[in-house]
Amino acid sequence: MEIFGVPSALLGSQLLVGLINGSFYAVLSLGLAIIFGLLNIINFAHGAQYMMGAFIAWLALTKLNINYWVALIAAPMLVGLFGVILERTMLRKLYKLDHLYGLLLTFGLALIIEGIFRDQFGISGESYEVPEALAGGINLGFMFLPIYRAWVIVASLTVCFGTWYMIEKTRLGAYLRAGTENSQIVQALGINVPLLITFTYGYGVALAAFAGVLAAPIFQVNPLMGSNLIIVVFAVVVIGGMGSILGSIVTGIGLGLIEGLTRVFYPEASAVVVFVIMVIVLLLRPAGLFGKAA
Amino acid sequence: MTVKKLISVACTAALATLSAGAQAQISGGVVKIGVLTDLSGTYSDLAGSGAVLATKMAVEDFIAKEKPNFKIEVVSADHQNKADIASNKAREWFEREGVDTATELVTTSVALAVMKVAKEKERIALMSGPASTPITNEQCNDVTVHYTYDTYALANGTAKAVTKQGGRSWFFLTADYAFGQALEKDAAAVVTANGGKVLGSVRHPFPGSDFSSFLLKAQSSGAQVIGLANAGADTTNAIKQAAEFGITPTQSLAGLLMFITDIHSLGLRTTQGMYLTEGFYWDLNDETRAWSKRFFGVQKKMPTMVQAGQYSSVYHYLSAIKAVGTDDTKKVMAQMKKMPINDFFAKNGTIREDGRMVHDMYLMQVKKPSESKYPWDYYNVRQTIPAAEAFQPLSQSRCPLVKK
Repeated sequence: MEIFGVPSALLGSQLLVGLINGSFYAVLSLGLAIIFGLLNIINFAHGAQYMMGAFIAWLALTKLNINYWVALIAAPMLVGLFGVILERTMLRKLYKLDHLYGLLLTFGLALIIEGIFRDQFGISGESYEVPEALAGGINLGFMFLPIYRAWVIVASLTVCFGTWYMIEKTRLGAYLRAGTENSQIVQALGINVPLLITFTYGYGVALAAFAGVLAAPIFQVNPLMGSNLIIVVFAVVVIGGMGSILGSIVTGIGLGLIEGLTRVFYPEASAVVVFVIMVIVLLLRPAGLFGKAA
Repeated sequence: MTVKKLISVACTAALATLSAGAQAQISGGVVKIGVLTDLSGTYSDLAGSGAVLATKMAVEDFIAKEKPNFKIEVVSADHQNKADIASNKAREWFEREGVDTATELVTTSVALAVMKVAKEKERIALMSGPASTPITNEQCNDVTVHYTYDTYALANGTAKAVTKQGGRSWFFLTADYAFGQALEKDAAAVVTANGGKVLGSVRHPFPGSDFSSFLLKAQSSGAQVIGLANAGADTTNAIKQAAEFGITPTQSLAGLLMFITDIHSLGLRTTQGMYLTEGFYWDLNDETRAWSKRFFGVQKKMPTMVQAGQYSSVYHYLSAIKAVGTDDTKKVMAQMKKMPINDFFAKNGTIREDGRMVHDMYLMQVKKPSESKYPWDYYNVRQTIPAAEAFQPLSQSRCPLVKK
């Protein structure tokens, strides 16, 4: 059977691949959206933190023989801790200033981090094998689905919706949202707002590292792996609406699918389709699809 | 003053003039070699600091063995794979810093930009890193040497061998820019010439990271061979993901531009059985092993063909200067083309009138993990492609310098 001249099997497989990529975008853009929404910082070091997650998983496996499952928890915690230190020592001083300062600082940090990794590990990258429990694949009839990719979808969506639930539906989330809305009043009510903000940045960074560990068995673990992805993820956040939690998740998955379809019909445009959509959305809805106009 | 004294004064004066003359033959009293390479980007592992090291080794060895009567200096800079940065740096080197030759020059766009500046300033460009054939065809000039390899030699080695061994139908996964398209074109021509068929191709954005969609397209084409007309991280990611999606081993992959550093980073489990063409392998013979181990001692990585070629080209350049006693571009180039190259890198290598250095190339097959006995033991040499067959014949040349 053919749809628009494309065999349906090929179309189905491309949509599934789009969904996999979309779930990556969702986890990464979610971290960015939380940090921007609650801290007002445009975290340009997100790609470098994603790369750090992947490298820590690789180092843990090759140097310390720590397996994938432990790394999936430990690497985000370590990188999250690194984020906490950054927030405490540097970012904290910038909250009152224009967004641009935060962007420049985190961009500079990203360059330094990537430079250090490049110096240590070279540019060709390292291979991280798919963990044994997730190796192999299932033949779906229209395509061969690697089990690991199916796991990526499940793991990303679980984390995304868990995070959304925590921020939108729990008391802790309510404190967070209130704290960013009017920190003085919330502080007067006895809540430690600075600690809450530190925790939020650490969590956003940990999400990036989590995506990094998920990506390690799929891509070569390479010092520049994050810088290639980060621009697309920024576009996702802008389309979803800066700071919108649900927006970033839905847009991430949606754009993954659209990118997948573009690869079927006109592969040359697959690298720019996200940006074309971004331009259209900015023209029609400057606050993004899910954002509230300021 | 006696006659005897007069004669001796005259002789001393004459000798002084002579030696001053000899000194003046070397511009600025020193031969300055500039290594213009990618020190921080995608190609920094295959060229980069390793190419700078190879240059320094060549200079040290030359001084120790040949005891030249001129000074040699090495400078290096990062061109960041950008043609404008590279040509500005080359211009500065030639005009203000007295650099005699710009070397290495990985990335085709960089190479094409710098060879123009070199021609304008009448200095020599020695290219061990870039791949594309226009360097010695449409864009050729008389101050450039393309030393290590080119896309013709790669396609000719790998695509021919794979097609002859039964890989009759091909599908290309091509990086969507000049280099990828050139490589696809060269390889497709070789496939068809050897009785194979090209079923199609897909162009992926450069640089890419997720190739699964493109690989699925290649898979559904049903081709026996998927030709990877890309390089660096694009190639390594595509190979990794092809294994993940179960494409290999039912269909086989042919990496059209791969270096030993790529094999090292992917590991033998993923790459075993792949064919590739190289101009050099560290483990070919005692000579290559001895040099490569010295290199490894400093760099902690075995040399790529680009780095080994860099050593060889610099050594050859210095030998030519010593032979003609000057660093004058025309005389040195004439001498470089006249002298055969015999070292650990090339046997009876010669530089043709189009600037192409021709030497034997090697068709390699990546070993199985069980066959690899020691670190960096990665290749089985399947065929030595003789110099005369490895490169584009002069009869097909599009270089105006070639007299037909």
